[in-house]
This record gives sequence, structure tokens and C-alpha cells, in this order.
Amino acid sequence: MLETIPEFFRKLAETYPKWNFIFFYDPVQWERVLGGLLVTVQLSIVCVIFSVVIGIIGAWAQGSPSAAIRWIVAGYIQFFRNTPPMIQLLFFYFALGQFTPTVTGADGWTEQPIISNVGWAIVSLSFFAGAFNVEIFRAGIEAVPDTTKEAAESLGMTRLQTYTQVVLPLALRVSLPSLNNNLVNLVKTTTQAIAIAVPELLYEMVSIWNDYNSAQNAAMTVLFFTYIGLVGVLIFGMHRWERALFIPGFGGTK
Amino acid sequence: MKPLLKLFTTTAVATATTLSALASSYAASCTNDSWNKIQDRGKLVVGIKEDTKPWGFIDTDGNLVGMEADMAQEVADMLGVELELVGVQSSNRMQLLEQGYIDLMIATMSDRDDRRKIVGAVLPNYYTSGTNILAPKALGFKDWSELEGKTVCGKQGTFYNKIIEERYGATVVAFTGNAEAKQALRNKRCVAWVFDDSSIAADLASGEYEDFEMPLQTEDDNPWALAVPIGERDCIFGRFMAGMQYEWLRTGHLLELEKKWGIQESAFLVKQKDRFKDWLED
Repeated sequence: MLETIPEFFRKLAETYPKWNFIFFYDPVQWERVLGGLLVTVQLSIVCVIFSVVIGIIGAWAQGSPSAAIRWIVAGYIQFFRNTPPMIQLLFFYFALGQFTPTVTGADGWTEQPIISNVGWAIVSLSFFAGAFNVEIFRAGIEAVPDTTKEAAESLGMTRLQTYTQVVLPLALRVSLPSLNNNLVNLVKTTTQAIAIAVPELLYEMVSIWNDYNSAQNAAMTVLFFTYIGLVGVLIFGMHRWERALFIPGFGGTK
Repeated sequence: MKPLLKLFTTTAVATATTLSALASSYAASCTNDSWNKIQDRGKLVVGIKEDTKPWGFIDTDGNLVGMEADMAQEVADMLGVELELVGVQSSNRMQLLEQGYIDLMIATMSDRDDRRKIVGAVLPNYYTSGTNILAPKALGFKDWSELEGKTVCGKQGTFYNKIIEERYGATVVAFTGNAEAKQALRNKRCVAWVFDDSSIAADLASGEYEDFEMPLQTEDDNPWALAVPIGERDCIFGRFMAGMQYEWLRTGHLLELEKKWGIQESAFLVKQKDRFKDWLED
């Protein structure tokens, strides 16, 4: 059985030279695809988590009594939401990357920065998606009635307690559908990390079809289906979460 | 009436197809699609590089210029049509030609066996280059084998990334463009940038890389080919471009273009000029 799959794709490539699924029968290329997929999955998971955390903290800071903090959050959102993620990646890696501390390599010339290209991709993509998440959570927070907040206040809860224990749990339920959309976008945006040579799935696939020109159509097809799969897993998880959190009157259905 | 009409049209179409098939059998199924398209719209669309100074690059005014842009202009002038230049990258140049977005590709492409299966590379080869590295003088590389285990910056779409990794055990970090790859080298993220020796020589001559050198023996010297759509390689377009290249090489015109763009005179072109010399000329 395991032998027939590589055999099938080898035959296919012989019959249709434009459909060379080389990675399904050449172990070296298969390793490259798996390596790229692993980086994509890691990048996606880490960025999803960071961006949600940034969104939650940012939305809280937006309601801060301090005008300075509100200004900083507003500035952050304007900067990251209004510039293309590709330019952010290039800017972070090439421009800011020059000023971060580096470790001089064994040869005495190369300087390995403390933040690698993968690190910058995580920073940049998390902040990019985080800026949208702040606004998404704000929409949810504004949907929580003032009377609820006042009730919490009258029970003697502090601003932080009100936020973490009353407002956020309710706001999260309202925010989930738009959060879904943004996180799906984030997973797809990880492909742009190819600009700073992060060896994610698109990078590996482009490298493969450059090395084996006949593999181009095959690589593109597999890319499509892989992202459909990855996003599918994310959406499935988010829907499960949405249903688990369901309470009447705060969006969603059981 | 209607079925009769249908039958009539079908017969007419079938007859026409048979006739045209007979007519073109002398030139093994040449449809000359691109060639005819160029004449019909009065415009030639040529793909050249946008980041490979001085062959094809974007100048300070934002125009695509370079030695290959000049060559494209001469092709358009000879055809008597307008020229439109399209910036291409190593990783998409063949696809753009294959899909018909460009009619002709003159984009520093190494002429490789597997590439000839996709695009119609036209002989004689108009240029050549080999693989070398741009590395800091401080590291003092002497031999390719010293790259083992080191990180080398490269560009997506060049054929030697794989060779460097397999033959010398270096790790190639491939960027999408030359500008990014060279910036990464200047930021000291890698020990060297691997690319065409002729392009590296041009960079060194520009004076922007004073602390760098091209220290190794050039490897895998590989002629370049311009390309027409593969179906037209042995048709009018391919033959026409073969003639253009023959004249460029015979007259030494490319040597003049090299001078114009500040490229070191290449031994290859001198040799070709001699090879195609007119025997009646004194």
C-alpha cells in the first residue's frame, strides 16, 4: 500500500510531465514539504496565541482612564492596521534588525541577531493581527450593557476584576465570529514571511518548483489544499469553542 | 431548417480545418500565435529582470532599463512595433512566458536542459556566466569547500542553490529578490551571497562593495538563453530571434552594450565574434 502511492505519482509524472508531484515519491523533497508545513503550523499557532493576547490587553488598555495609554493603543492600531504586512516584515527584519543586539559568529564576521527571521515574522504578524483583534474585542466590549458593568462596580469589583471576570467573558462571545475571520486571515498571511526567507510552506514549495520546473502545477495544487486543510482545522476548533461558550443573548447558536 | 444549417456549418468547419491542416503540414504545426499577436496589436511585450543590474533593473526614475532592455528595444525596432517591458523575477519568468503574459523573455536565464522543456530557448546563446560568491574580504575564502555548514544568502529561482547545498553542504537562505539577499549579506546574516559571477563583478565595479570580494574559482559556467513560447521555437518567432542573436554576436554589438552599461568585456563575446566572423570581411 505504502509503495503504491509513490509509484502512482511517479507514473503520473511520466504520463503528464506538467503534473510532477515530486514530493510524493522523492524522500528529499518530501522532507522539505514536511519541514515547511511544520514551520507554517508553528508560526500560525504562535501568532494566533500572541495576537489574541495582544487583542485582549489592547482592548482593556483602550478603556484605560489614562489618556497617554489610550493614545499609545490608538497609535499602535493605526500603524499596524494601516500598513501592508509584507512591508512590516521587510521593515522589521531589514531595518529594525540592524539595531537589535547580535551575537558574533565563530568566523568573527557574521552577526547572528538575537531575533531571527522567524522571530521577526512572529513579532510582525502577531502585532499585525493583534491590531485588528483589539478592534474586534472593542466591538464585543461595547456590546456589553453599561448596566452590567455598573452592577459589577456596585459589588465593589475593581476595573481589572470587572474586565477579566464580567466584561471580557461576555465580550468574547460576541467577538468570536469576527475573531474567526481575522485568525483565518492570519494563517494565510504567514505565507508572506517568504519575503524574509522564513522556510515556511510557500518558501519550500517555491524552492521545489524552482529546482524542478515540472513540479509547479503540482506544488500549487498541494498548497491550495494544504491551506484549505489548515484553515479548516482552525475553523473547526473555533466553532467548537463558540458552541461550548454559548449563552443565550450573546451571539452564536447552540 | 435549423438542423440543416447546423449540418452545413459543421461540414464547413470540418472542411476548413482539414484544409488548414494540409496547408500547414510543411511547417510541423506552426500556428505562430505570438508572432501574429505582436503584428496585430503592434506591440512586443518583453520580460526582463528588474533587480539584476546592469542587465535589467529599475533606474532612479522608475524605468526598466539595462543591457537586456536595450536588446529588447532593438528587437521591437526591427519588427517595427512598440515595446512594452515587463519586470520579471527568476522564479516567475518562465511561467509568465508560458502563460502568454510576455511574448519574449530576455532575463539573464541560464540555458538548462529542464528549462528547454518549458520555454523555447533560442540558439545561439547570447551570453554566459558562472556561479561565484560575493563575500567579505575579512573572511578570506579561498575554496568552495570552506562553505560547508555555513549560511549563504541566495535568491529563489536560481539553479545553483541546490548545487551549492548538495555539493558543498552549505545552507542557502533564498530571498525572493537580489536586493533583499544583498541587504541580508550587508547586515551580516550570512557569510556570502551566491549568484552569477558577471553580476557580482558588476556590483564590485559599482564601488558599493569595497569590503567585499569575489574570491572563488567560477563554477558551472553556463550560457544564457533568451526564450520565445516553446511552440514557436522552430517557427517564425524562434528563427527570427536566432537571426537577431547571430547579428548581435557577429557584429560584436553586445560588446558595445557591455561597454555602455559598464560591464567588463567578456571573453565569451569576443570568442563568439570570432566564431561568427564573415569570411569575406577583411
